[in-house]
Amino acid sequence: MRWTRILTAYVVLVLLGAGAASAQTVLRIGLNDDPDALDPTISRAYVGRLVFAAFCDKLFDVTPDLKIVPQLATGYEWAAGGRSVVIRLRAGVKFHDGEPFNAEAVRFNIERHLSTPGSFRKSEIGEIGSVDIVNDLTVRFTLAEPLVPLIAALTDRSGMMVSPKAARELGDKFGTRPVCAGPFKFVERVAQGKIVGERFADYWDKANIHVDRVEFVPITDSTARLANLRSGDLQMIERVSPTDLAQLRSDSRLKVVGVAELGYQMLPLNLNNGPRGKVLGADPRIRQAIDLAIDRDTIIKTVFNNEYIPGNQFVSPASPFYNAKFPVKRRDVARARQLLREAGHPNFAFTLIVPPERDRQEASLVIQAMLAEAGITMTIQTQENVTMLSAGRKGDFEAYFTFWSGRPDPDGNVFTFTTCNGGQNDSKYCNAELDATLTKARHEADPAERKKLYDQTTEILLRDLPRLVLWHRRVFTGLSGKIQGFTPYPDGIIRFKGLKLS
Amino acid sequence: MTLPRYIAQRLVVLVPTLFFVSVLIFSLQQLLPGDAALALAGEEHDPVAVAAIRQKYHLDRPVPIQYGIWIGRVLRGDFGESMRNKIPVSQLLAAKLPVTVELAVCSMAIALLIGIPAGVIAAVHQGRPIAVAANVLALSGLSVPHFWLGIMLILLFAVQLGWLPASGYVAPWEDLRRNLAALVLPSFVLGTGVGGVMMRHTRGAMVETLGADYVRTARAKSVTERMVVLKHALRNALIPVVTLGAIEFGRLLSGAVLTEQIFAIPGFGKMLVDGVFNRDYAVVQGVVLVSAGLYVLLNLAGDVLAFLVNPRLRGPA
Repeated sequence: MRWTRILTAYVVLVLLGAGAASAQTVLRIGLNDDPDALDPTISRAYVGRLVFAAFCDKLFDVTPDLKIVPQLATGYEWAAGGRSVVIRLRAGVKFHDGEPFNAEAVRFNIERHLSTPGSFRKSEIGEIGSVDIVNDLTVRFTLAEPLVPLIAALTDRSGMMVSPKAARELGDKFGTRPVCAGPFKFVERVAQGKIVGERFADYWDKANIHVDRVEFVPITDSTARLANLRSGDLQMIERVSPTDLAQLRSDSRLKVVGVAELGYQMLPLNLNNGPRGKVLGADPRIRQAIDLAIDRDTIIKTVFNNEYIPGNQFVSPASPFYNAKFPVKRRDVARARQLLREAGHPNFAFTLIVPPERDRQEASLVIQAMLAEAGITMTIQTQENVTMLSAGRKGDFEAYFTFWSGRPDPDGNVFTFTTCNGGQNDSKYCNAELDATLTKARHEADPAERKKLYDQTTEILLRDLPRLVLWHRRVFTGLSGKIQGFTPYPDGIIRFKGLKLS
Repeated sequence: MTLPRYIAQRLVVLVPTLFFVSVLIFSLQQLLPGDAALALAGEEHDPVAVAAIRQKYHLDRPVPIQYGIWIGRVLRGDFGESMRNKIPVSQLLAAKLPVTVELAVCSMAIALLIGIPAGVIAAVHQGRPIAVAANVLALSGLSVPHFWLGIMLILLFAVQLGWLPASGYVAPWEDLRRNLAALVLPSFVLGTGVGGVMMRHTRGAMVETLGADYVRTARAKSVTERMVVLKHALRNALIPVVTLGAIEFGRLLSGAVLTEQIFAIPGFGKMLVDGVFNRDYAVVQGVVLVSAGLYVLLNLAGDVLAFLVNPRLRGPA
């Protein structure tokens, strides 16, 4: 009896008492998924990049209009011929474990990216043949072939620097406890629960960090995520669906900001990947007919509340590499029917694989109806995303509905998908002229010349249509009204510099 | 039969059960379409990296070999590591088991608080409006989809009223107040469903015991109705309910998938679903094996309790 009273009193006191009385500003960010391993070398999920922005600074970063700016590096110079680049490093930077950031650390990290089994960075910076230390704050990358997109690659995970000491100690367990040089120091991770970081006292740009603690909370259900933002349990949510925008905008306590994404939504078409490539690969006029029968503007208005941007190229219309000579064509059902007749397929049929995700399912239904008016029967086959991508690799598809998150450099949006040996060329499209053009663009340092090469690329791709680019999303971030200083970026990554929570 | 012998007999069944479950879950996972290495690769499709993953996790070996490697490690206490986030599966299981246990305990408490009184009321006052109300309450708990109920409760108590957090989990040793606050809504969602089941069984058992001869004798001896119901009838009616409670508790421990998704509770259910979608085989196998083991042990616990409270199960005196 006595113990019962003591226990009850204790529980009551705890319940009545305040939680940990703390003046810390805590920013809680809702994520759409749980990130994979927190190791920049092997990480592959987009959502992981959002978390890395808190923990791991990169050699370079980009501005909202995609200009490359210094971060851990202060500048770079290409040698004549583009086969080497000298990178100058920022002085006085420390990793979270107190180790110094210097040229040796850069060499370690690049070699780690290139040599770790299972590294997903090797395909991004594989042209780096060697890393030489010029002095403690200068390195030289020597390349097997010139690679102009290299610096852009160093604005993402390939440019993230981890502490060599921690990486050696933790080995392949590094991804469970990252130690980098970003504004926040890793504290803990509860898988599918939360990822916590605390402000790093020795951060090189600490004057611009105004949040003490950041918590990333994965909540896969969008309704629950939105409810958390509205209740104040989260202060930010990323990648808000267009169908949730009305709720956000009607709540005076919340804000929503959007910016055109770097990537695009697309339908890769099987041209030559196994026997099923005979369907859409038979004649480019069939693919052109499908393209002409789709009304992108109507789909965006009806399915996405007019929030997305119609597209047909591997960069958005806002990009300096967009080819203005080839705008999105207006829908032309009559011309589509004519093309099909000319190709000898007046009543054409094919199957589109779509994952069970609301946005793509709804858009597919509208596309199906539009194509039917042009005499094209499109069967929608629902497959889980993993299964769909596997089918794509194996050639067990005619068309599937996917997206690409996008990269700052146009090479990252097109090379791997359309070159003959491209790692993501499920279509098995192969055009020697295109390969030569894209390879030349990789080596060309002059921006004006590069633009011409990408213009040629667009012309070839819109003629051959190995894939149909449909639209570019806007990346929407939902914010509490207490947040100030937030700047949206086209890559959707949340930067913490200047961010304040009142 | 003595209790230790009874327990020993039941434990002998545990080993072949777990072996069967391990073979079953391993085989079923192989039926999942899609390539696990490609699933891990996601947007990054470097073939060399994918091949390295396949080799590291033995995905390029024949299925029986893969099973042999895995079960050999499990017998040494090594459940492997999550392919997705590299955390050892045993560490994940150890972290999530307390979360799931706490949620299950709180849900069971609510289920018992609702189910048993409602069952007793429905049995004692058969045919009256209060019994109808108790039935409606139980059926509502059984029929209302958890997903919908959870969202509605979040909108009301978290968004509109601001009384409770919308989701998330805080460990009790970090902040007990926030821990309990975070569990109120998900426990209620789960508890109402289980409470409905408990109510129906309690009602049935009570109706049977209230019609028994010894209850009639107690009434004839002028024992108060309250004592008849609570001391004589309910105690005996609870015997089958205890066994049912153990089974239901075992189901809760297996992970309440939808509830954990809505409320972002990092428990077994969420881990299992994410593991399936990500083709994270080691995680799925670990969760299923541990859940199966817990389920068998809980069934045993329920039977032991029944054995202790019901002398008729011990055999002839």
